[in-house]
Amino acid sequence: MSDTSTVALPAGFEDLAPFSDWVLQGERARYAKRVESTMDELQAFYDAALPRMEAACEYLEQYALDDLPEEGVNLLWLYCSLVTVSFPVEVWRQPRVPDAGASAIDAVLEPAI
Amino acid sequence: MPHFAKPGEGSWTQHYPELSTGPTTYADSTSPEWYELEREAIFEKTWLNLGRVEQLPRVGSYFTKELDAAGTSLIVVRDSDNEIRAFHNICRHRGNKLMWQDFPGEEVSGSCRQFTCKYHGWRYNLDGTLNFIQQEEEFFGVDKNDYPLASVQCDVWEGWIFVNLDPTNIESLKDYLGGLGKGLEGYPFHELTQVHKYRAEIGANWKLFIDAFTEFYHAPVLHARQAVADESHKLQGYGYEALHYELDGPHAVVSSWGGQSPPKDLSMVKPIERVLRSGLFGPWDVPDLGMEQLPPGLNPARHDKWGLDSFLFFPNFMILIWKTNWVLTYHYWPTSYNTHIFEGTCYFAPPKNGRERLVQESAVVTFKEYGLQDGNTLEATQRMIESRTPVKSFPLNDQEIMIRHLHHQVGRFVREYQEQQ
Repeated sequence: MSDTSTVALPAGFEDLAPFSDWVLQGERARYAKRVESTMDELQAFYDAALPRMEAACEYLEQYALDDLPEEGVNLLWLYCSLVTVSFPVEVWRQPRVPDAGASAIDAVLEPAI
Repeated sequence: MPHFAKPGEGSWTQHYPELSTGPTTYADSTSPEWYELEREAIFEKTWLNLGRVEQLPRVGSYFTKELDAAGTSLIVVRDSDNEIRAFHNICRHRGNKLMWQDFPGEEVSGSCRQFTCKYHGWRYNLDGTLNFIQQEEEFFGVDKNDYPLASVQCDVWEGWIFVNLDPTNIESLKDYLGGLGKGLEGYPFHELTQVHKYRAEIGANWKLFIDAFTEFYHAPVLHARQAVADESHKLQGYGYEALHYELDGPHAVVSSWGGQSPPKDLSMVKPIERVLRSGLFGPWDVPDLGMEQLPPGLNPARHDKWGLDSFLFFPNFMILIWKTNWVLTYHYWPTSYNTHIFEGTCYFAPPKNGRERLVQESAVVTFKEYGLQDGNTLEATQRMIESRTPVKSFPLNDQEIMIRHLHHQVGRFVREYQEQQ
């Protein structure tokens, strides 16, 4: 997933290409990237992606989940990452949950899409 | 003045005369000896929930469950007659664990026609009968009929699969779940098939996490930063009051307001929630589950501000049912007197499109962020109640009634067990 050149996003979302390393399947992977990132990196992704979220939702609303094209699935994962990143940016002011120390709550079962 | 009416006795706690209003101790959460008693008196005696029937969609679907507290591993399977059955996960030949993969201590799930032991190839039908012994002629008068898998009482209530490890148990699951269970019958749990499950190893006694999730007194303080600043200040000013509490045998429910789904004022919630229309209380746009009316056990106070009910089915199974038509369950599986495994599972109606999927993700991740705060706080509590500080007596307020009740019930089960010995 780190090779961003291979991750396609739907037409109209080219401006988010610099953040396509956030196209990550699985909440564990998204959370892991969040806690390994700096606040500047998280803020930059948030600032670029949040204003496009309504447009992304309108795009995602057009397809039944099973019919979502690959670039649409990529957009979904990118915005799932934004949900994960919204907590450090909007609330915690740090990548980790405050006072969470070494504790972890891990996703063990998620829908395929 | 309370915002919401309390019982005539003046408090929820005094409404239940078996509960005191005095300070409590947590000696039942710091002692290996007491934990051994809980294992025998509670986890080997009561009905325990292991999941839902949708986890076993077809004949031959199975999952295993590690039950440290009851000292066993179980196989739960849908057999050829579509019955859900449970067995101890042990081969009758040499005692090998029957179903496992790679790591003997980890849980597995899948689908099979029969259970085959990895060790010597003994095979069992889905109903537990032994159907094949490798080199049977080498044994000395062994009759296959004498060596079925050891079965465990298993029953299903509203799609939830329960087991009871006590072979002498004569109380039906329905009777055990009592009035609170009955009041939920008919809720369309089976429509909520979109599942996200989380698991955590927690460095605290199992009851302490239940304590944390059966009182919301902590929420405006511990989770203050999850709301926007003005809102957080306001919430702390109000504190927390439940709409209603009900204790029923060992089980209990707390009914709560639901002011954030959607919020009265959008500035109350995080910016991303305003776009997604979702947050801790779940998606604001509610899926139609075809319910003409709520089952009688939900929103017991019939309050128009109702948001969710949190049921504790003793000992370790919580179901949170939200007004916004989704369900969250918690399981707390003890692994020692001061450790347990926490499982949190979110159940939603299947999302119709990518937007709905994203909206559900927001509810799931919000639950996780709160849970992380709660989990680590528990370890801080465990350290100190276990310490040699002289502080051993702690007050509980009326909004903490379910804590008082849980520890009271644990004490009662252990005492009654000891009297029978």
